[in-house]
Amino acid sequence: MATPARTPFPFTAIVGQAEMKQALLLAAVEPRLGGVMVFGDRGTGKSTAVRALAGLLPPMKVVPGCRYKCAPDDRSPCIEGCRERAGKQTEESAVPFVDLPLGATEDRVVGSLDLERALATGEKRFEPGLLAKANRGFLYIDEINLLEDHLVDLLLDVAVSGTNVVEREGLSIRHPARFILVGSGNPEEGELRPQLLDRFGLSVDVRTPTDIGDRIEIVKRCDRFDRDPAGFVAEFEDSEQHTLEAIAKARKLLPKVQVEDEMLGLGAQLCSAVGADGLRGELTLLRAARAQAALAGKKHVKPHHLAEVATMALRHRLRRNVLDDTGSTARITRAIAELIPA
Amino acid sequence: MTPSGEDDSNERWALALAAIDVLVAAGNGIGGILLRARPGPVRDAWADALNLVVPTRRLPASADAEAMDGGLDLTATLASGKPVHRAGILADAQGKALVVPMAERLNPALAARLATAIDDGAPPLVLFDEGDPEDAERDRIPQGLADRLAIHIDLNSVRLPMAELIAGEAPPPPLEMLAEPGAIAKDPETALAVAAAALGIASVRAPIMAVRVARAHARADERPDDIEQLREADMAAAAALVLGPRATRLPPPPEEESPPPEEQLDDQPPPEEPPPPPPPSDDNQGDDQEQPEPPPFDPTDMILDAAQTALPPGLLDALAAGTMGKAPKASGSSGAKQKSITSGRPAGVRPGMPGRGARLALIETIKTAAPWQKIRPAREDGRLAIRTDDLRIRRFVAQTQSTTIFAVDASGSAAFARLAEAKGAVELLLAEAYVKRAEVALVAFRGTEAALALPPTRSLPRAKKELAGLAGGGGTPIAAGLDLARKVAEGEKSRGRTALVVVLTDGRANVGGSATQSPQDAALASARAFRVSGIACVFIDCSPRPRPQGAELANAMGARLVTLPRVDAKSVVAAVKAASGGAV
Repeated sequence: MATPARTPFPFTAIVGQAEMKQALLLAAVEPRLGGVMVFGDRGTGKSTAVRALAGLLPPMKVVPGCRYKCAPDDRSPCIEGCRERAGKQTEESAVPFVDLPLGATEDRVVGSLDLERALATGEKRFEPGLLAKANRGFLYIDEINLLEDHLVDLLLDVAVSGTNVVEREGLSIRHPARFILVGSGNPEEGELRPQLLDRFGLSVDVRTPTDIGDRIEIVKRCDRFDRDPAGFVAEFEDSEQHTLEAIAKARKLLPKVQVEDEMLGLGAQLCSAVGADGLRGELTLLRAARAQAALAGKKHVKPHHLAEVATMALRHRLRRNVLDDTGSTARITRAIAELIPA
Repeated sequence: MTPSGEDDSNERWALALAAIDVLVAAGNGIGGILLRARPGPVRDAWADALNLVVPTRRLPASADAEAMDGGLDLTATLASGKPVHRAGILADAQGKALVVPMAERLNPALAARLATAIDDGAPPLVLFDEGDPEDAERDRIPQGLADRLAIHIDLNSVRLPMAELIAGEAPPPPLEMLAEPGAIAKDPETALAVAAAALGIASVRAPIMAVRVARAHARADERPDDIEQLREADMAAAAALVLGPRATRLPPPPEEESPPPEEQLDDQPPPEEPPPPPPPSDDNQGDDQEQPEPPPFDPTDMILDAAQTALPPGLLDALAAGTMGKAPKASGSSGAKQKSITSGRPAGVRPGMPGRGARLALIETIKTAAPWQKIRPAREDGRLAIRTDDLRIRRFVAQTQSTTIFAVDASGSAAFARLAEAKGAVELLLAEAYVKRAEVALVAFRGTEAALALPPTRSLPRAKKELAGLAGGGGTPIAAGLDLARKVAEGEKSRGRTALVVVLTDGRANVGGSATQSPQDAALASARAFRVSGIACVFIDCSPRPRPQGAELANAMGARLVTLPRVDAKSVVAAVKAASGGAV
């Protein structure tokens, strides 16, 4: 009963959950956004969506044999010596999707000495961990609020720096670990520390769809997918292709998208109006708006781009006023309405 | 047991056996079975039946998340001098069903690994939840995992004929399903989705699983060519195995026909005679093939009926008591999960230097160092060569974790203001609590009894939600309130947490005691029990004109007395902090 690699569910076949899908697309276009935190109930298709997006992205070019899946045109040094032997040869590899289990040990996450090699030949060799496996792809952590604190700190540190540094057993290793961190959690089962939350670029709330029509459609699509994965995927081929092209175009366009001073000012105003602390919020807001403009094929960020991403970029950064019951989302919506006339 | 008990017992047993066939037919995709049953002959009989049909691999109690994936077998490796791999439990269980005994005690890490494994197409899991259904404080299976297992069965109410058990006869072989497949269901996916919504099941995973179970049922019934067309029996199985056990409410009574709704509400769980799977089976007995099919029927009502044969235990009671709406969530694992993270169990081992509170994990350190001995330069004294990198430290849950339990007098006219401020204080404390991982609970007492309005939590959203509907008014049963607060505090202490009880009342009891004991004396007695238990407490007297009763109670409790004629959330928090010396 060996399981063949499963066909991922098509990204565009996911019913509803528009905000989550948009956030994931933005993160795919602009990896510097710093990851997506998904809050929500169980059984809302969180992991399906992340897997689907990873499956949707085209295979990436890698240096053959590199255990960190270095890009052939990457100039940064690699401990595998890719730079020297890269040459013209490349091979293709699917965009990695790594599901980090809650119980993972630090050794497994950051990597450790290759015990087998050490025992067999006495050679000290680094055995890459999950962080290396996730390089250039997605690292998904379900129920991140239950993850050990020290692991979360470590993950965020690597996610921001893009490099994993290991000092262990006389080895000193530094390898690229650039991945899009996607965390999910149910706030009712324990909160995430605010200082940790703030490190995520975007945050979205997913709710169980309540519309019965949507729910029926979800059940039907899953059933069709179960029974005939290939046929189902073929059905969505066009829309998947369309999304794929949009991402590719947006990635190309992104460096050219202009953010005028006026927009910088508007971003700052928006942040101060909702009471989002810190520069990180402002920066994320503008980066997200830029990615949003790029996805729309526009070369200039307009106020409506800011408005479209403000909620997910700022929602988790608001100063908490426990006695004010107004949700963060409502506060941001109000500020947008005041500052950005529709 | 009601007279209907036996019928119900047979019904559930047949269903439980049918689940085995469905599991086998489904392959992976339905996750597996969650079986709720105390250890005993019924459970064993079921396990035997499972073993007859599919080979099983038992998850050893010592297994941890790492053992699931296998790796280097240290013992064998060291003995033979070359790497020996050991297959992980998951790989080893391929083609079998992985049986997890005492699943309610699963640690969250292992549960998470199993949940991920299911998503990756693991062997089907069979979880035995052996918790005592009567025990409200029992451990619960992490919801993330339970949700991924399509089939939930409850065998706690099943009785098997004693004679057969004594004789040790094999249990009746499975495949005693509904004898007749019944008529073709019209649009089964829609019907299951609608039924799930009507039963108040939030997760969309449930109806998706239900469809898979229905299809597997059709396959198990050897109608593979019929798989496009699900029939009545398939829908009934899906309803009873997947939807019913997840129900959080009864469906709104259908307008026409079907059993009278009042009867069901008042009934003992589960409702007596389950509605017989609708009639057509009699009409087209045997001549299914020749006769033209009856037109497909809308199975929604039938699904709802079938689901009601397998409602979760306690649902009907909860509905009758009007405590529903809260129950399904509260029964969730939120508490349990945190509990197993923070309870007295060791919190794991990680690399690091001992000292500063960290204790050396000797065995782990030696285990880490052992494989390297061959390649490290041998020490002259012949001892193990241990380097700093090998050092492992044992971590325990921080000792300073605390739970603040508010016992709030929700009686009388001042109740509203007092409650509002107590809620405010809970929220303020929680807002600061992330940093210190403190938890807060709230006991409200009014009328004739006390209730745990907010079980210990550090989740602000949860606190807000559960405290939103808290009512006030009525008598003042201080004794009941103190007793419950003490019980909660003692529970917290047994979890290894520090408890602080904050009582908010005017100190004048008028309910409680007995013929020979005034309510005030009863309250004093309860207060003294507090002093004996050694739980730290703060007594906030919030009457506009404090009278001696408050001070007396505080004295009897050994509590610090704070008089706050005008209660407000901030001063309550300040008083709590002062009392706890900043530990909260």
